[in-house]
Amino acid sequence: MSNLFPDLESSAPPVVISGLHKSFGSNEVLKGIDLTVTEGEVVCVIGPSGSGKSTLLRCVNMLETPTSGSIRLLGAEMTDPDVEVDQVRTHVGMVFQSFNLFPNMTAIGNCVIAQRQVLKRSKAEAVEIAKKNLELVGLADRMSYHPAKLSGGQQQRVAIARALSMDPKIMLFDEPTAALDPELVGDVLAVMRDLAMAGMTMIVVTHEMLFARDVSDRTIFMDAGVIVEEGPSAELIAAPTERRTQIFLKRVLDPTHIDDSELGETEPD
Amino acid sequence: MSALPHLKPTVRRRLGNTLSWILAAAVILLIIFATDWAKIQKQFFNPTVAAASWPTILTIALKNTLIYTVSSFILGSALAVLLAVLKLAGGPLGLFASAFIEIFRGIPALLTIFTAAFVIPLAFGFKLPGEGPGAGILALTIVTGAYAAEIVRAGIQAVSPGQSEAARSLGMTSSQTMFWVVLPQALRIVIPPMTNEFVMLLKDTSLLYVAGFTVTQKELTTFGQDAMSEAFNATPIVMVAVAYLVVTLPLTYLVGLLEKKLDPKR
Repeated sequence: MSNLFPDLESSAPPVVISGLHKSFGSNEVLKGIDLTVTEGEVVCVIGPSGSGKSTLLRCVNMLETPTSGSIRLLGAEMTDPDVEVDQVRTHVGMVFQSFNLFPNMTAIGNCVIAQRQVLKRSKAEAVEIAKKNLELVGLADRMSYHPAKLSGGQQQRVAIARALSMDPKIMLFDEPTAALDPELVGDVLAVMRDLAMAGMTMIVVTHEMLFARDVSDRTIFMDAGVIVEEGPSAELIAAPTERRTQIFLKRVLDPTHIDDSELGETEPD
Repeated sequence: MSALPHLKPTVRRRLGNTLSWILAAAVILLIIFATDWAKIQKQFFNPTVAAASWPTILTIALKNTLIYTVSSFILGSALAVLLAVLKLAGGPLGLFASAFIEIFRGIPALLTIFTAAFVIPLAFGFKLPGEGPGAGILALTIVTGAYAAEIVRAGIQAVSPGQSEAARSLGMTSSQTMFWVVLPQALRIVIPPMTNEFVMLLKDTSLLYVAGFTVTQKELTTFGQDAMSEAFNATPIVMVAVAYLVVTLPLTYLVGLLEKKLDPKR
């Protein structure tokens, strides 16, 4: 039943997660997550820190090994030890909070290395694709810069271009703007919005509620290792039904106005 | 306490400073006057002996020391990277690497050299190629490999885990990640400690005197020792010491520069 290789032609949803549990020692971080993402869908995951949203994202491409449950990515069952995880990851781009650019390579070098080593593209082809993607994220004039010479926002856009250079079917974003100075957030979100408009399948863990509301199709609110509430983004953010979601959104959207009576036992961070 | 008059902190400091200078001057004067300088000069800084020794020091002894050091260092570094990667990978080969590292770090380098030069030929009737120097370089390669493996391992572990995660998320295999992403950064991190290792190795080549050298194979210490016996004078030893310092001091200075240059993240 399970494919050992990614199936790029399949019409099945690219991401199907069911009954996902993840524990670190005795600390259970994910307590049974079910999530299906259809092709071209943009899903935002919001929630207080420690709610397990980053762990969920890292489980999707097996940077963390789930304790139990199933993750079907592009038709391949990632928890099956026989599955070619490296091959599946080739089609799943990931963008990290701390960029994780390779500091010893230029912007274009960062975008070329995996194309050459993994996809075995020719140098000319890899460079051409890298250039195209760096232009796409607005960094045509920074191609030969090392990461240390780039601002945080530019580094994160190089990281997006690096992921896009692999022609991914799915993009995972792990709080991509959380480490940025506020005035640099907009550039990165604009690139992500364009990507969403272009039809990319995306899972975005974020604290940017306006991005979630305006760009994503669906928003998921997680707390304490479970999905508390999910729904169409505009509806969920404008009118959440669960009390925990209401408290969280109120604190995030209006941090200076805190009504003590609303602070229950689940303290959003 | 009450016997001493109260002094202001500035005065106390100045007084302490003056006293230490007086003490240092006294020691120097004592050395100058208590020493038989004529004898010292004749025994340690003899111009006739120096004139006879220095061409050989430069053309043979120092040259051989550098050859033994550089070849052991290059081979030893390659071995170190291999051992470090194997150790971190774990498994049976990792255990083998760990055992290798612990054994050769745990026994004296002299013993390893002695084993390569004499114990193996004695036990197996098999001589390592290259006579004394061959066995010596092999032994120092092993010793350097074992010590430097721990340096390289620390360097690999100093590379942020986010780097590996980024590489793996792009579909790179664990060996591609190690070779293309982690090792280049780790090797940059270990440049200063590896330069220190080079200096240590340079000094350890003096242990090679046990391996037995022909006249043209002698390194600095062997040369100094033999020249001392022949001339019945310590001047060659002083010259050899200076030859070591000419190489080690600039390198030690270079380590300081490199540490400053490489320390802040680029």
